Amino acid sequence: MTMTLAEKIFMSHLKDEPFPGTKVLNIDAVLCHEITTPVAINDLVARGKDRVFDPEKIKVVIDHVSPAKDTKTAIQGKIMRDWARRHNIRDFFDIGRNGVCHAIFPEKGYIRPGYTVIMGDSHTCTHGAFGAFAAGVGTTDLEVGILKGVCSFRAPETIRVNINGKLPDGVYAKDIILKVIKTLTVKGATDCVIEFRGDVVKGMSMESRMTLCNMAIEAGGTSGICMPDETTVGYLWPFISSDYKDKSAALADFKKWWSDEGCKYVKVLDIDVSTMQPQVTYGYKPDEVKDISEMEGTPVDQIYIGSCTNGRIEDLRVAAAYLKGRRISPLVRGVVSPATPRIFRQADEEGLIKIFMDSGFCVTNPTCGACLGMSNGVLAPGEVCASTTNRNFTGRMGKGGMVHLLSPAVAAVTAIVGKIADPRKFKKETI
Amino acid sequence: MKTYGGKVLFLDRSDINTDEIIPAKYLTEISKEALKPHMLEDFKFEGFNPQDQSLSEAKVIVTRSNFGCGSSREHAPWVFEVNDINVVIASSFARIFRQNMFNCGMLAIELSEKAIDELFAHRGADALISIDFDNDKLTMTSSRSSKTFDYQIAEFDKALVKAGGWVEFADLKY
Repeated sequence: MTMTLAEKIFMSHLKDEPFPGTKVLNIDAVLCHEITTPVAINDLVARGKDRVFDPEKIKVVIDHVSPAKDTKTAIQGKIMRDWARRHNIRDFFDIGRNGVCHAIFPEKGYIRPGYTVIMGDSHTCTHGAFGAFAAGVGTTDLEVGILKGVCSFRAPETIRVNINGKLPDGVYAKDIILKVIKTLTVKGATDCVIEFRGDVVKGMSMESRMTLCNMAIEAGGTSGICMPDETTVGYLWPFISSDYKDKSAALADFKKWWSDEGCKYVKVLDIDVSTMQPQVTYGYKPDEVKDISEMEGTPVDQIYIGSCTNGRIEDLRVAAAYLKGRRISPLVRGVVSPATPRIFRQADEEGLIKIFMDSGFCVTNPTCGACLGMSNGVLAPGEVCASTTNRNFTGRMGKGGMVHLLSPAVAAVTAIVGKIADPRKFKKETI
Repeated sequence: MKTYGGKVLFLDRSDINTDEIIPAKYLTEISKEALKPHMLEDFKFEGFNPQDQSLSEAKVIVTRSNFGCGSSREHAPWVFEVNDINVVIASSFARIFRQNMFNCGMLAIELSEKAIDELFAHRGADALISIDFDNDKLTMTSSRSSKTFDYQIAEFDKALVKAGGWVEFADLKY
């Protein structure tokens, strides 16, 4: 019987099938942050079940509002801190070591091919970039995950997206995923896994693959998934080198997870990127996407570069290459948030932080804050943000504000012009 | 089990997301009760007023497709729960929202678009929906007419509702 990667993970992790069509899976990594976990912790305490199934498999970060902005967020942090200490959860990232969850956990090597991963965060689908089944869940699923190490799912069907052609200059993974969401619509992948295949994906870094998988949820998808290959081995090698005699042994092991030839897909989508333009959202749903040629000149007030979608080192490099030697428009403000301390440090060592600051950008510490209008870059009513984040819902970055989702390249040149601009018309500097 | 059924709130739009149901700025609350005044605060739709009296009387929401898309926040079902709304009826749901509803022992009922249209025809006519959970039937009654619809929910989801939620179910079984 042929199987997709997701089906292989479901088969290998199946704990129970309480009713036909419902699979209860053993979970390899239960990820937690301070917004959705405290209620689960308090509920476990109230039930007299303040336990964790395995402190090694629980990873914790404070990232959504960091540093705490008020008493309420300080209390959320304290609940996490006290809980991690009392259960001996060692992989706990508090301020100073913390970063955006879907950037820092992969960076620490916690996500491996074939893993099952849950988190009380819809962008958990990001981790499928490593060939894992990674799904966002609510607080109750998280609570059961913490207590029992299991989670229920309907067996997902898989949509295969073949991405081929030659990626034009100025066009990146973000543009591709916006195009995919436009094609599938915001509900087109509900209860499905989106499998990203094709030469363009093969040639992508892990960072770009994470950008692709990150927004699978915006089409309703349960998880994005990429086949774990040489690039995956290379990224994970510092963490797995003692498990394999060499990289080719690791690769051979990873390949067992690959979707079989002839396996069943519910839908196949072919995308040729060769003539693709940079993509920008125009409305309040992530599938309301246009070519940049239709969006150029749209005025904005703030530019935001960061988040679990586009706050990684290669995103900062791209933006800095456009910003080097230039100043941002006096009509706009720019905020950049490197997604983890390691990315921040690396950006500093490579001179990117200086480029951002010289251009007029404000560089903030790693946090999710601005993306969901909680802190560090909230919009005023009527303001517009050109943002490398993942959601353009009404009021997402601040009540009455509007968001255009776009790539770090578009964000950078938009900051320079003060209006949405096309990176293909700008020269990238060597950095 | 909770109680299900009563006055209907109609939300006539698809793709209503969890940011519209409960904005992120309230996610710093750690008590469900504190969410209560903020239900649907950022839902912008012609004729909809989040302060409307009919909201506080509603027990059932009837809406269109892909309800609850976006964030995983269980605060979305919770804000309904603390407002005594334990049933949402739609032509489809986003996965995480749907599971969160059943995990809390609440009902996310899918009906065909045609059936949803029929329910919407009772808007503005004192619409009431009653739920016959054991027989998978719901009845719409209004000043215009009355009609019963069969619905289907997964056996697992039904078991969660009976158990009182996923924590109770999982704790007994695993």
